[in-house]
Amino acid sequence: MKRAVFLPFLVVGLALVFTSTGCKNPPKGVTQIPSVTSRPVPGTVDRQGPITTQPTTPTPGTGAQLKPDESTTAVKLPDSASGFAQPSIDELIEGMIPDTNYFKAQTVYFDFDSSLIKASERPKINAVGDELKARPETRLMIDGHCDERGTEEYNRALGERRALAIRETLIKYGISPARMSTRSWGEDRPAVIGHNEEAWSKNRRGEFILLLPKK
Amino acid sequence: MKSRFGSFAKHLCGIFFCAIGIATAHTQPEYDIDVFVRGLAKPIPISLAGYSGEVLQVLKFDLEVAGFKTVGESDAQYILTGSNNDQVEGKLVDNINKTTKFAKAFTGGSMRTRAHALADEVVLAITGHPGIARTKIAFKATRNQTSEICVADYDGHNAILVTADQSIVAAPSWVPGRRVLYYTTYKFGNPDIVSHDLDTAERKIIARYGGSNISPAPSPDGRQVAMILSKSGSPDLFVANADGSGLRQLTQTREDESSPCWSPDGRWICFAGKTAEGRRFLAKVSPNGGPVQRISISDVINPSEPDWSPDGKWIAFTSQMRDFNICIVPSSGGEARILTSGEDPSWAPNSRTMIFTRRGTGGKRSLSLLDVPTKQSKDIPQNLGVCTQPSWSR
Repeated sequence: MKRAVFLPFLVVGLALVFTSTGCKNPPKGVTQIPSVTSRPVPGTVDRQGPITTQPTTPTPGTGAQLKPDESTTAVKLPDSASGFAQPSIDELIEGMIPDTNYFKAQTVYFDFDSSLIKASERPKINAVGDELKARPETRLMIDGHCDERGTEEYNRALGERRALAIRETLIKYGISPARMSTRSWGEDRPAVIGHNEEAWSKNRRGEFILLLPKK
Repeated sequence: MKSRFGSFAKHLCGIFFCAIGIATAHTQPEYDIDVFVRGLAKPIPISLAGYSGEVLQVLKFDLEVAGFKTVGESDAQYILTGSNNDQVEGKLVDNINKTTKFAKAFTGGSMRTRAHALADEVVLAITGHPGIARTKIAFKATRNQTSEICVADYDGHNAILVTADQSIVAAPSWVPGRRVLYYTTYKFGNPDIVSHDLDTAERKIIARYGGSNISPAPSPDGRQVAMILSKSGSPDLFVANADGSGLRQLTQTREDESSPCWSPDGRWICFAGKTAEGRRFLAKVSPNGGPVQRISISDVINPSEPDWSPDGKWIAFTSQMRDFNICIVPSSGGEARILTSGEDPSWAPNSRTMIFTRRGTGGKRSLSLLDVPTKQSKDIPQNLGVCTQPSWSR
């Protein structure tokens, strides 16, 4: 049976976008395929000569009114909806090495079926924020997790909501949204295996992965 | 292998169009609505004679799932006699007026397939509706903290892993009438939505935006896909063309939306939402945008994972109270009824049978089938680890 091959597809997709964007003045000295951004993400320094797709006319408050090129199936698209918009995963991890242990002690715990940041957990988020402020070259991945008491796709959405609540807290703390992206693992990656409150309370969590630039 | 898939595809099409035919033609409901909901329909007594081994097992399983019960000849309303030496033969007689409903022999395929075909013939001859014994299911099979997408016969046999990523997958969903699945995979370090053609094994990334890309649901005509994306900073409902282009945002709330599904006419996307106070609800919105309309549900709380029946009449969903319960509510809203304990229901093409996830002792999950009007239930034998998130091809 043929194996599914993603990477070539992605590369072809990116190449198609690159060739079909109609950019008249390709930036000099850019060797990577640039990310497709229609306008700078708030809080980021505008990089030299971002490739611009056809205008997407952001309409605040109505969500993403995207009219992507036909060849954009496999490609990340800009988000223009709000200041909380997330950078694409590929943009975030480009040239970065993940450190899953660095913020181990800052794992944020949640109450059952809740994505509210408890006062007791706030100092951990501030500590992460301070570190990011001190090291502007770093970025952050925030992983949301749930206990097993919830339906799977509900939990996947709840885990995302938890990760986003942490991200919002960091944005308000002064960290650029362009440096942080979220992932939800739902109940698929429990920290502790078990079917009791002791296990559940350790599984309802948000974890931080520090992204460091490759040297 | 190819030809088997091909014939399955034809069969699937057949089932699909038959189901549509019934949905549009239905002149009289087979069951009183109350009987349907309460599970008060009596199983139809049938006797089997002349069968043995696997064929007998398959016939009994299929007929019980279809709302029959096997009894001795004297108690039977229908008598099925035949053999399974070389071909599978069957003659169905109405035991009350002694008329013969059919006499047929089945060749080709495996013995299981022949037995399934005979069971479907019995169901069609007695109820007037096509059987579901040769349909397929897809589900998530988890072992050692990794999961793969699995496709199997509706009874769990002939299971094939269609992924081998050793990553995490979630929420497979069939494109109606086609051998194509949409699902979420974490293979590339992020929850991304892919489409997967089971005949060519071609996979395409449909959504890989910043944040989580989850819960894909192809539209009845296969031209669009609804999904939950958090690219704009909160998990919201989106819809796109089948290839992911033409993305449109349908909800914009701070709370999390989850588990979209489509009405069979394609006019609505139903999903689970949450109020700012944390109360969960079901709602629907047009795929073209517009106001979100709540689906009123009385008697149960915390709905999630809706699935709209192919005949358009019902929405099945999971209610989380103390435990998880499978419930149904008329698609226009109203009184909800608990059918059984379990979660994540998916309707069969006959709008009568459903497959769902059951939690066993110690929380281990497996798949079960439920015949809604008789409430007869059958567990699916499994040897693929923890099986969840079933999706019935239709």
